[in-house]
Amino acid sequence: MKSSWTERIYNGVVKENPSLVLMLGMCPTLAVTTSATNGFGMGLSTMAVLILSNLVISALRKVIPDEVRLPAYIVIVASLVTVVELLIEAYLPSLYSALGIYIPLIVVNCIILGRAEAYASKNPPMLSVFDGVGMGLGFTVALVAIGLLRELFGAGTAFGVNVMPGAYQPMSIFIKAPGAFLVIAVIIAVMNGVGLATKANEKVEGCDGCCAGCAVCDGKGEEERK
Amino acid sequence: MTSLIMIVVTTALVNNVVLSQFLGICSFLGVSKQIRTSASLGGAVIFVITIASAVASLLYDYVLLPLDLDYLKTIVFILVIAALVQMVEMFLKKTSPAVYKALGIYLPLITTNCAVLGVALTNVQDGYNLLESVLAGFGTAVGYTVAIVLLAGIRGRLEEADVPAPFQGAPIVLLCAALMAIAFMGFSGLALS
Repeated sequence: MKSSWTERIYNGVVKENPSLVLMLGMCPTLAVTTSATNGFGMGLSTMAVLILSNLVISALRKVIPDEVRLPAYIVIVASLVTVVELLIEAYLPSLYSALGIYIPLIVVNCIILGRAEAYASKNPPMLSVFDGVGMGLGFTVALVAIGLLRELFGAGTAFGVNVMPGAYQPMSIFIKAPGAFLVIAVIIAVMNGVGLATKANEKVEGCDGCCAGCAVCDGKGEEERK
Repeated sequence: MTSLIMIVVTTALVNNVVLSQFLGICSFLGVSKQIRTSASLGGAVIFVITIASAVASLLYDYVLLPLDLDYLKTIVFILVIAALVQMVEMFLKKTSPAVYKALGIYLPLITTNCAVLGVALTNVQDGYNLLESVLAGFGTAVGYTVAIVLLAGIRGRLEEADVPAPFQGAPIVLLCAALMAIAFMGFSGLALS
């Protein structure tokens, strides 16, 4: 049993890294990675929602009728996001203002509905929790890495600490909108170059329409593999 | 009047929903292979976002605020949007089969397009009234359509380009989006001073 828990975490962080391999949840990945700290905060918030939603959905998987499962999942996820949002607003006001509208938008993050549909709805609660931990960690690692790169080039700092030599002129384009696209494009190109092929290139046609589409296709893919 | 026009210009070009707000990225990258399909998707998005903005604004002002249920807005909006898309789909199917044929398959995809929920939440945050919300929604959706049709045009040309192997697929599309975002930064001069 233990090995399958660690397998879930390895799967989430490396093999099926949600941001860099599956290319899910691109909106927050691009939007909040202006600094490593913001990326870390967003990663942890998403991870918290993901673990809880996997737990709840997996526990309720035999109760929820098949026909209305997507609306049911959305209600569960939206409730959890509201809880997390209120907690962040109360205890971490600076993070709350930095992430802004992207906290409620965790609801429509493809990763969460995707995992609910592809994993939590078919597996027991404990494994689903570890799936959430793995996927959440993978997402956090990717967000921190992108945020760190953008912050380093765009402001000369890392986690808010000045690390570049004084003569370094920050290229502020990196913390503006185009920098987000640029950094992710180069990271994926490097991953392609060293042979960590991403799944983005072999996406199923017609399934590119974000969450609902992803969720449905993920489910199909998983079934075919079994 | 000027301020209303400015809302449309700002949401469509200056704060472009895709290229500077990063909403609706999934469909922006996924459904931008052909100009035809991306234009149809754009049409469906304009339709849904404009209606969803109006409904969300009415619900917030006349139901959630008086009942002091402000904190439920995320749950309420996402459910209303999902139900609305279903209703629009059924309504179009009955009343105008031609429009349904053109937009039909894209409608379900829009439910979870984060731009729809994003616009509804931003409107509430900015304290827009009904008319302002509808205009902001319309402007945002027009901005989305402009961006996705432009990207589809570029991707059409890319098919004949000799792209280095590691950059094939997603990376080159993201690079194009980066260059488009730089171009759209030029519109920031249009912002109301």
